[in-house]
Amino acid sequence: MTQVVEEAPAVAPRRSRLTGGRALSIYSWLIIAWLMLPVLIMILFGFNDTPGRYNQTWEGFTLKWYGRVFALDELTKALVISLVVAVLTAVFAGALGTGIGYALGRYRFRGSGTVNLIMFATMSSPELVMGASLLTLFVSLGVGLGATTITIAHIMFSISFVAVVVRARVLTLDRSVEEAAADLGANPWTTFWRITFPIIMPAVMSGMLLAFALSIDDFVVSNFTAGTTTTFPLWIWGATRVGLPPQVNVMGTLIFVGGVLIAVVSSVRSRPRKNS
Amino acid sequence: MLAPYLLILPGGLWLLLFFVIPMVTMLSLSLQQGDIVSGYVFTGHWQTYVDAVVNYRTQLVRSLIYGAVTTVILIVLAFPVSYWIAFYGGRRKPTYLFLLLLPFFVSFVLRTISWRYILTDEGMLLGPLKSAGLLPDGFNILGTPVAVIGGLVYNFLPFMVLPIYVALERIDPRVVEAARDLYADPATAFRKVILPLALPGVFAGVLMTFVPASSDYVNSAVLGSSSTTMIGQVIQSQYLTSSNYPTASALSFTLMAVLLVGVFAYARALGTEDVMKVAAR
Repeated sequence: MTQVVEEAPAVAPRRSRLTGGRALSIYSWLIIAWLMLPVLIMILFGFNDTPGRYNQTWEGFTLKWYGRVFALDELTKALVISLVVAVLTAVFAGALGTGIGYALGRYRFRGSGTVNLIMFATMSSPELVMGASLLTLFVSLGVGLGATTITIAHIMFSISFVAVVVRARVLTLDRSVEEAAADLGANPWTTFWRITFPIIMPAVMSGMLLAFALSIDDFVVSNFTAGTTTTFPLWIWGATRVGLPPQVNVMGTLIFVGGVLIAVVSSVRSRPRKNS
Repeated sequence: MLAPYLLILPGGLWLLLFFVIPMVTMLSLSLQQGDIVSGYVFTGHWQTYVDAVVNYRTQLVRSLIYGAVTTVILIVLAFPVSYWIAFYGGRRKPTYLFLLLLPFFVSFVLRTISWRYILTDEGMLLGPLKSAGLLPDGFNILGTPVAVIGGLVYNFLPFMVLPIYVALERIDPRVVEAARDLYADPATAFRKVILPLALPGVFAGVLMTFVPASSDYVNSAVLGSSSTTMIGQVIQSQYLTSSNYPTASALSFTLMAVLLVGVFAYARALGTEDVMKVAAR
């Protein structure tokens, strides 16, 4: 941790950079520690040898909850629903958002301002209001609430995020590569699939990962569009009053570790491309 | 020429059907009367708005105050972190940003409940302090505004750090050097050069935190008490428990109007594109 301040600062003058830089560094590490505290507590209590559901005082170390992680059928079912919804959201929001992002990055056309405005509105509207308005729509149409309505809602709020990520990539795309392909006799269709798509693929992938993450963590919109169906966060919410079983900590830990691994692997893989 | 429209059509249709139309439905429902059994009739009954705002003005005002206090605390807490990463991060910038985002790999609800366990009256934080006699027995954090605002600050901190970092990171070090060459002391250079250039980031951060913080109901439900009820909780229970749709819709619309007027005023002042660019990074 002490190595951190040895990096040459770009701005501060020589004398004040040691003291000021060190103070900033200590402060920032304290903030990071504070951010991690509840996560560490969650992980720790997944190893707690508690006799029953009350899991708030330390009773000793055990691995038994990892063996019984799927022992609660309702919780397991909720986790499966969350995963299925998140995968569907990533796929559909990925496809729909890529279309919008590509169009906005590539073409100048009438109505692009309206599309931008609606995207901005979906990203800045309170989740509560989006969830509530979808509920009023589904209720007025007499549509039954469940996994389908949750997925519809998650795709809706993820599209704009995918579109923004893809648009950024398309905007930096070097058009001369495509022109070269056309000069060599490739038709537009071939050019797109052989040249353009591979170039924007990393952006599409990170947009889809973002959609997956937004979906699996979503509580508010799901709360309004789920009816009696429970996703992982909804199950946790419902169980708060009676106390969370250690299985929740274990699943939370596994999702955390899995997510971190995926993020690390994908960032290592995309490292060579520096100027994007 | 048709290409962009064809590309936008599926996603645009989705946003129209499940974002724009629901908003219109909600606006219409807020002006209807009736109940869930016999159905609703549009009567243009705007009195619902007046009643809703009058009945729940305490929670509405409280939410805006909690949201504003949270945002101010966030700016103060986040700025030094963003500054440190931007100017002292060196090659490790991505690592530090990743560390800040690490908690997001745990569900928002789960992290908030984790804080509840940490802060309970005889829990792992207050229990030892009380038995050591450092705190009086009756001392509690849970159920107070401190706990709710603390939870909000905790949950939204990265959304303030990131946009400020993006703005600071873009500053050309030569601009600051120029200020120093022209005999500005570090404090003046900071105030006259760095701060103005960081402001768009701060504005974007405000956009990304004030709206979700003011409309949140998870923190006040998990960490608060009846004296810290926020408008989100009222809306949630009006919809999901009492099924009082017109009142709930009127409250949602009022909340959104209040928040979005602020947001669009911000966006207008800075240029939508610019705000979106910073917000999207």
